[in-house]
Amino acid sequence: MGTLIDIQSLNLYYGTFHALKDVSMDIPEKAITAFIGPSGCGKSTLLRTLNRMNDMIPGTRIEGQIAVGGTDIYSREVDVETLRKKVGMVFQQPNPFPKSIYDNVAYGPRLHGIRSKGKLDEIVETSLRSAALWGEVKDHLKRSALSLSGGQQQRLCIARALAVNPDILLMDEATSALDPISTLKIEELAQDLKDRYTIVMVTHNMHQAARVSNQTVFFLNGEVVEYSDTEKLFSNPRDQRTEDYISGRFG
Amino acid sequence: MRSEVTQPMKASGKSPIKLDFRNEKSHLLDKIVPILLFLCAALSILTTIGIVFTLITETFQFFQKVSIMDYLFGTKWSPLIDPKSFGVLPLLSGTFMITIIACIVAIPLGLASAIYLSEYAHKRVRKIIKPILEVLAGVPTIVYGYFALSLITPLIRGIFPDTGVFNALSAGIVVGIMIIPMVCSLSEDAMSAVPRSLRDGAYALGATRFEVALKIVVPAALSGIVASAVLAFSRAIGETMIVTVAAGATPKLTADPLESIQTMTAYIVQVSMGDTPHGSIEYGTIFAVGMTLFIITFLLNILAQYVARRFREEY
Ligand SMILES: Nc1ncnc2c1ncn2[C@@H]1O[C@H](COP(=O)(O)OP(=O)(O)OP(=O)(O)O)[C@@H](O)[C@H]1O
Ligand SMILES: [Mg+2]
Repeated sequence: MGTLIDIQSLNLYYGTFHALKDVSMDIPEKAITAFIGPSGCGKSTLLRTLNRMNDMIPGTRIEGQIAVGGTDIYSREVDVETLRKKVGMVFQQPNPFPKSIYDNVAYGPRLHGIRSKGKLDEIVETSLRSAALWGEVKDHLKRSALSLSGGQQQRLCIARALAVNPDILLMDEATSALDPISTLKIEELAQDLKDRYTIVMVTHNMHQAARVSNQTVFFLNGEVVEYSDTEKLFSNPRDQRTEDYISGRFG
Repeated sequence: MRSEVTQPMKASGKSPIKLDFRNEKSHLLDKIVPILLFLCAALSILTTIGIVFTLITETFQFFQKVSIMDYLFGTKWSPLIDPKSFGVLPLLSGTFMITIIACIVAIPLGLASAIYLSEYAHKRVRKIIKPILEVLAGVPTIVYGYFALSLITPLIRGIFPDTGVFNALSAGIVVGIMIIPMVCSLSEDAMSAVPRSLRDGAYALGATRFEVALKIVVPAALSGIVASAVLAFSRAIGETMIVTVAAGATPKLTADPLESIQTMTAYIVQVSMGDTPHGSIEYGTIFAVGMTLFIITFLLNILAQYVARRFREEY
């Protein structure tokens, strides 16, 4: 497996608050990497640096380097909209647009200039299939996305992200607002998707990280404490703090 | 143990601790304040009822002397000069010409500034501009009237030399300028209420700020925006001072905005300020026109509320 995302000595400040401290890691392609750690340790912050969603928070300052596919994504030549097209994101709360199911999925492709009805139909269908939602919604694509259940809405958001054909999918606690069955569905979905996409997920649920991911990164107070293969991290952690966290002694 | 938990505590003097829960303050104020507040509310409602009642009775008397058909469909309005004629259409057309010009000015500009404030402006800029808008909304309209007469009218006459000193275009533009702050402020409220998560969802798909504003925020805030537009319309219809000062006093059924016209409100001012005897049929016209105005703005306000409620659960 090659490295797709290469983070080097990354420091991030929200104003004077030092949120990420000297973070370095290689994230492999076509695999699932999980970020775990207690609340406020910087998992979401690191995730949002990967598609530069932090740019919109005033007062954010970044040092260090993040290369995606060999390109420094914070360099001047990088067009942030194109970057976000390649690095899709799914949020903690399902956030479908108040439009039809079809228009939600077609939103991204339309944004990037696809107008042909036939092409859009095709993208909508393949994206919904990839998100394991097609069977449930294929007969009422014109219905409002808000009429779907929470779990369906989240899969719709995944379909919407896949519709612009990204290479990387970021998932920030994408199942934490969902019931166990919907959670399981999305975990299975992530397993299926990792053959084609590189997935980076934040989770509060250690069992989920253990079940789904290939690599796990454990954060504490903005620092990487441990980064290794998921199996190894959970069965044989190197760091005492990791062991304390995964055995539920704090966090 | 068990019975102690499930049984309610006894209120008798077994406890060694003595607490006194009687109120030390007087309850008098608590009894008087609601009554006073109720009286205030009742007063304003009674006033409104009184106004509507006067309007209705006076209008009713007027239509005993003038046919309602002649009033509604007549194309000539000359109630003060013989031969008398009571067709309200010229006043209506004057009113709507002003209103439409005003909306053409106010809605795009108000919406554009709202988009700027809610989607582009820094928090600091917004903090400065919002109060300025509110001050602008509080400028007496007579000031706008002279602004129309002394600045906008000469400008228009510079371009179209045939324009009269009093004309609908100048007054309409300035009425529009006057209601921009209202449109902007209400639309901005509606757009700020669109959840951050929707914007994030669009940004994460590679949308630019402009695309997010136009394709996510505006559609999601549409109910509020439409409501602000309807209110703007209704505000323009009711505007009085600017049109009295700048649009002239010539009731005329015309489509030419460069001519002098008269609106319903300006007509009411003209008669109220003049020496028309009370109780005369001429004097009755202002109640009929006032009633017409009241019904139109009333319906528009209901429409605005309906629109705002209709699309509420959008997000
Ligand atoms: N916009 C912001 N401005 C200032 N500080 C922020 C901002 N966003 C996050 N922080 C701070 O940065 C730190 C890391 O936040 P982050 O959201 O990345 O944590 P997290 O690990 O995702 O936590 P959680 O598990 O609760 O989601 C926190 O201490 C938080 O208070
Ligand atoms: Mg988080």
